[in-house]
Amino acid sequence: MTTVEDTRMATDIHTPTPATGPTTTRPETRNWTPYLLSLPALALFATLLVVPLVMTALLSLNSFGFYTGIENVWRLDNYLEIVRDDYFHEVFLRTFRIAFLVTLLSAVIGAPEAYILRRMRAPWRGICLLIVLGPLLISVVSRTLGWALLFGSTGLINQGLMGVGLIATPIEFMYTETGVVIALTHVLVPFMVLSVWASLQRLDPQVENAALSLGAKPFTVLRRVVLPQVVPGILSGSIIVFALAASAFATPAIIGGRRLKVAATLAYDEFLNTLNWPLGAAVAVLLLAANIVIIVGCNRLVERRYKQVFE
Amino acid sequence: MSRNGPIALIFHALFLGFLLAPILIVCVVAFTPEGYLSLPTRGPSLRWFRAIGDNPEFMRAFRDSLLLGALSSTIAVAVSVPAALAIARHQFAGREAVTALFLSPLMVPHIVLGIAFLRFFTQIGLGGTFAGLVLSHVVIILPFALRLILAASTGMDRSIENAAASLGASGWTVFRRVTLPLILPGVASGWVLAFINSFDEVTMTVFIASPETTTLPVRLFLYIQDNIDPLVAAVSAALIFLTVGAMLILDRLYGLERLLVSRGQE
Repeated sequence: MTTVEDTRMATDIHTPTPATGPTTTRPETRNWTPYLLSLPALALFATLLVVPLVMTALLSLNSFGFYTGIENVWRLDNYLEIVRDDYFHEVFLRTFRIAFLVTLLSAVIGAPEAYILRRMRAPWRGICLLIVLGPLLISVVSRTLGWALLFGSTGLINQGLMGVGLIATPIEFMYTETGVVIALTHVLVPFMVLSVWASLQRLDPQVENAALSLGAKPFTVLRRVVLPQVVPGILSGSIIVFALAASAFATPAIIGGRRLKVAATLAYDEFLNTLNWPLGAAVAVLLLAANIVIIVGCNRLVERRYKQVFE
Repeated sequence: MSRNGPIALIFHALFLGFLLAPILIVCVVAFTPEGYLSLPTRGPSLRWFRAIGDNPEFMRAFRDSLLLGALSSTIAVAVSVPAALAIARHQFAGREAVTALFLSPLMVPHIVLGIAFLRFFTQIGLGGTFAGLVLSHVVIILPFALRLILAASTGMDRSIENAAASLGASGWTVFRRVTLPLILPGVASGWVLAFINSFDEVTMTVFIASPETTTLPVRLFLYIQDNIDPLVAAVSAALIFLTVGAMLILDRLYGLERLLVSRGQE
């Protein structure tokens, strides 16, 4: 722990050192260097991130007619339509149900896997970590295609299950929520492993040994020593997984097909098929708002609750 | 440290099986000699990989993807290096806000970015152009490049720069001959990670690509929506082999574990 005195002493010691540096020999009343250095990136982001997002928010207030196209009026009609229409309720509810199940499954299988990985020995640990994290870099389309191949009524899963005699008729995975949940869990579980892995790095293995030597059973050690330490990791992993699952597009589009709509595929349809851009923009704005609320809000909550663990 | 018990190892094997199964099945089916989706029970064949070469649309999309990835990661790295140096070495008003802004594309769902860029580019007349694709990709891959370059610039020893400057080197010479070589591993891996992210992107790109200028994942996605045949399996398998190749390079360059684990610690 560094106290206020320590930090002040540290700065006192360090103050003379930068004087030898070229940048600080000049009197630093106002230094424009950092602004100039970040100017290209700032200009790029101002024009290419801020402007398009503001334009989308404005577009969501416009109205749309089949014969008139996009009309420049400023109303909340699109949002009211989403709030009132049962069809949109169903889509948003499904989106959050899928995201919740994916998060739950990821936590249930990802957290133990991270713990097992940490207990592995040197060469194996690295290899297994690579296998677990490597898929993050492989295209989502390729990974989802794999599930489409496994899921089909003549796919390996159904053939295997019927071969063993567990089921008589093929289970429907394609175009169902079950299928989407399984494939999305596969796509997102590495984020959970990463997050729990990071929190496990802060856990001193000697604490576990201490508990064992004091006579605790392995299960008690897991429950009373390890679990409290990794809960923040599981929670921050859950935030990432939930946010990504709720806005996922390619996987629900391929496995869910055109009928099983989620928020992202709904926005896509409004934009590229129905051509009702204002309504699609409203769906996008709602998705973005939900995302920011979840990420920022939950992060605050987790950090406040587990302050001592993050320090 | 205590070892994993048998139950833990069985769980571990099942977990790895779950992660690898869909990736392996794509690679296996891609080698089928048949005209339909099947396992290559009659021995492997390169028939469908040759079919990719005969498909001009996939080949053009592949070429565009490579060019798009190379261009956008180069621009992203070029603007990230000065920005990273500013953030790593200077205390200035708005430093936190600037950093948050540069990392913010990680928080905005790609579907939202796709919609925003479609609207923006149509308004300014860049709709469906390659320039539009490059600009939008720069925005989404910049955080990945910036983070690795930032880590490299924060960790470097500045006394070498001071020594060079005190021996009379100009600011630009110090940067070119001392700073850049020292942060080069971070810059290079930032470029590769940015490239992979650009090359894999589909959700945002599907909105702004046009039939004439599109990327391989988008072409693949649109094709899969209509029908799934051994050709898409072969294209996917090729994509997987390429990514694994890039991963091995990245592992040599930077260490994949370090790269991915730092990715999760935001």
